[in-house]
Amino acid sequence: MIAFQKIYTKLEAITKATVSLHAQGVSNDELATVEGRLAQVVKTRGDLVTLQVFAGTEGIPTNAEVCFHGAPPTLRVSEQLSGRFFNAYGEAIDGGPEVEGEVREVGGPSVNPYKRRQPSELIPTGIAGIDLNNTLVSGQKIPFFADPDQPYNQVMADVALRADVDKIILGGMGLSNDDYLFFRHAFENAGALDKIVSFVNTTEEPPVERLLIPDMALAAAEYFAVDKNEKVLVLLTDMTLYADALSIVSNRMDQIPSKDSMPGSLYSDLAKIYEKAVQLPTGGSITIIAVTTLNDGDITHAIPDNTGYITEGQLFLRADTDTGKVIVDPFRSLSRLKQLVQGKKTREDHSQVMNAGVRLYADAQNAKTKLENGFDLSDYDLRCLDYAKDYAVRLLSIDVNIKIEEMLDTAWELFAKYFKPEETGIKQALIDKYGKWQ
Amino acid sequence: MITTGKVTGIVSNLVTVQVDGPVAENELCHIFLNGRALLAEVIKVNGDRASVQVFESTRGLRGGDRVEFLGRMLEATLGPGLLSSVYDGLQNDLTTMKEVFLQRGEYTDPLDREKLWDFTPIAKPGDKVAAADWLGEVKEGWLPHKIMVPFNFKGEYTVKEVAPAGQYNVDHVIAVLEDAEGSPVDVTMTQKWPVKVAVKCYREKPRPQKIMETGLRVIDSFNPIAEGGTGFIPGPFGCGKTVLQHAIAKQGEADVIVMAACGERANEVVEIFTEFPELVDPHTGRKLMERTTIICNTSNMPVAAREASVYTAMTICEYYRAMGLRCLLLADSTSRWAQALREMSNRMEELPGADAFPVDLSAIISNFYSRAGMVVLNNGQTGAVTFIGTVSPAGGNLKEPVTESTKKAARCFYALEQNRADQKRYPAINPIDSYSKYLEYPEIIDYLEKTVEKGWVDKVLKARTLVRRGREMADQINILGDDGVPMSYHETFWKSELLDFAFLQQDGFDPIDCLCPIERQKFMLDLILDICDRHFEFDDYEKCREFFKKMINLLKQMNYNEFKGEEFNKYHKALEEML
Repeated sequence: MIAFQKIYTKLEAITKATVSLHAQGVSNDELATVEGRLAQVVKTRGDLVTLQVFAGTEGIPTNAEVCFHGAPPTLRVSEQLSGRFFNAYGEAIDGGPEVEGEVREVGGPSVNPYKRRQPSELIPTGIAGIDLNNTLVSGQKIPFFADPDQPYNQVMADVALRADVDKIILGGMGLSNDDYLFFRHAFENAGALDKIVSFVNTTEEPPVERLLIPDMALAAAEYFAVDKNEKVLVLLTDMTLYADALSIVSNRMDQIPSKDSMPGSLYSDLAKIYEKAVQLPTGGSITIIAVTTLNDGDITHAIPDNTGYITEGQLFLRADTDTGKVIVDPFRSLSRLKQLVQGKKTREDHSQVMNAGVRLYADAQNAKTKLENGFDLSDYDLRCLDYAKDYAVRLLSIDVNIKIEEMLDTAWELFAKYFKPEETGIKQALIDKYGKWQ
Repeated sequence: MITTGKVTGIVSNLVTVQVDGPVAENELCHIFLNGRALLAEVIKVNGDRASVQVFESTRGLRGGDRVEFLGRMLEATLGPGLLSSVYDGLQNDLTTMKEVFLQRGEYTDPLDREKLWDFTPIAKPGDKVAAADWLGEVKEGWLPHKIMVPFNFKGEYTVKEVAPAGQYNVDHVIAVLEDAEGSPVDVTMTQKWPVKVAVKCYREKPRPQKIMETGLRVIDSFNPIAEGGTGFIPGPFGCGKTVLQHAIAKQGEADVIVMAACGERANEVVEIFTEFPELVDPHTGRKLMERTTIICNTSNMPVAAREASVYTAMTICEYYRAMGLRCLLLADSTSRWAQALREMSNRMEELPGADAFPVDLSAIISNFYSRAGMVVLNNGQTGAVTFIGTVSPAGGNLKEPVTESTKKAARCFYALEQNRADQKRYPAINPIDSYSKYLEYPEIIDYLEKTVEKGWVDKVLKARTLVRRGREMADQINILGDDGVPMSYHETFWKSELLDFAFLQQDGFDPIDCLCPIERQKFMLDLILDICDRHFEFDDYEKCREFFKKMINLLKQMNYNEFKGEEFNKYHKALEEML
């Protein structure tokens, strides 16, 4: 802290998330302390400065002491971050010592698009609903769209621990204490703690604090990816709660809301976070897997909608009533970067097998609709329905953990079991080479 | 004397400046922050307070920081070397920036000032010339790049001197003109033009005369876009908007392609950087990148520059159009641009229109689309700017302000459909909702009848009707059940499926199927319509389905193989045998 900084003691206005006061020489985005709580400059008009108070303004009096730090939020970065748990301000919450290292601004500039490299490394997860149908690539950003009752955090932890990466950075926003402990135990049990850094804001903590979590997590990720050339996987859960915090602040600042009472800048705000995903020319990479919880599967809500336009696809979890399994929905899930590795880093039949598998599953859905409407099913319909059950259990279910070659072979096996070669619509050359028809 | 000012208010990238002299709407200014100059644009003036949108992050800016106004609007630098460049929204060359991270206040020159170009004169001393008239030519890759009388020259000039053929850099004076008063004016190979003003140095803008081939069956045959036409592609995320745009960029029959990645994903732009230098232009056999300029303002780059990026891109197109070239501008996505306008309008606390967008959104969009078009130049030659924009409707709902405003402005509508994308029926362009107004233009009908065949348009309309009837039959079958409808319903439905699978769908990742020239499109459509004209007898609907599925498979195999090659003919023969 600077020795002779000016202390202000007169607030002009207080809302639930912000305070305003007259102050001179204040710079945009800089941090301040209001009655011991951390705050950030979000608006200046003449000498009237508005601060967003992360911990909320409950109990803050109009004569609160305010002092400005003269710098935006920062994080100390070094190898010492590994294995540690921090709160939204980057303070240790695991009882360990303070991290020593270089002070970095969080929420810094973006990578020159021309300096990026095309993502080309496959991230295998063992889950066929992902690897076969929606292959992940390093440098990609992709969220799980899930209803609150689905096991998205478990799946994400599985994916993280199976992925071949150097560091895993967890950014937890509004995590329940149980989920926080779940991640902690999962990481500890896997013996992977030394490659994990966590920034956690739990439901017990003020919502506005969450706004700092992604920036903190990504500042740490950039340190490892840029300075250390490491492959970093960032997990952000739950981005819906992050967006909710944004809307609280913008609402308190009297901004005109756009769709679903979200701020008009939601797209840019989310993009600033997700676009930190990058494949660097020096070999380091940042891959982001996030969670966006939905209200009753509604993806037209502003949060999932804007997210979908930013991220490189989305993974949709759905409970399959026919088999009782939680599956990765093949229709609504999509990995936009999959063609960068499919057939290039995997077997040549990958993309055609994937498409055929999903198309036949779609035919099964049509057959199901017919069945529900009380119509007779054709032989083809019946075969589709049987195929769909097998397909869901053996490939779509999230509890699958096999290699990609095995997934492809399983798919060919199912095609041969239920269909004629021409019903798959696959190129003849591939059928001849990989087909399992007798 | 230059106008200066002081920062008095900051909300994100909207900064209020107290000014000490005259300022103009859209005038640029520099805001000084720790010795770095951040570029900003005036968007509102009230008394001595100017509201400016800063093209960079305003982190660290303080009240009282110094501002200098530049006395000009945002301009594009035009000259040889624009092609194969990669710019940000303000036309900074991204390839010459050293750091991995973008540095605030770092501005790079759009053109290589050192590079020498092979100049050949066109005009002769004594010639009377006006703005946009050709003075000489350099070879930019394989394209003849005309050096023109700058667009901002008013009235008639007389050529006094033209440099002899030789190698010059862009700043070399290649001609001296004499204005009406007799004073000499130097002309170099480069000029500047304010991006928000349309270039109008041409004789006339007639109606479009011909179509621009894209190699995509559902576009060229079903909903063709005219050269100099406008179109837009709305669709929810995950429907293949960007893949479709890239396909059009790779295959579009144009001399110059400008791609504006406006507020979209950085990795998509990287895909262009990585693939285009490798890809070969199917029309000329040259590398695609040689005819491409990329303007990229990805979603994490400053919002205000997003708006600028589409204007910069359009200005570059208009520049090449004035050389008598055919340009194709692709902007992905115009919704992000509209959102940038919304963010700004919101910060200025303007009264909002629908969905909090500014009320003049519709006017801004139609004004922009109107800059496209085919033109007749002063020398009688023609040039064209074809514009295709994508729209990302919130929630996939086409009844939102950006889509509705764009629908009024664009002549082709390529509706991407979630349902088709879910079924992996790509390109997911809905064949019934989509339209091309150009199919009603007598000039275009005439062109198609001449270049494809007589009666082509009727054939296309017939095929469209078939798709529509197929949908009706599908509804009936869903309501009444497979057994509840006559066999003819099944037959009609499957005929439309045949057309859908074998013609409307196209595998963009297959090296052969991805590009289907109009001649091949005609062959396949003839073949399919011939099948659809026949009447078949089936014992039950199961047989009908099987029969058509087999036929679809054969037609698809034909699509995957070289046109009229050995394999192609083999499947064709098998098909004939089935009939």
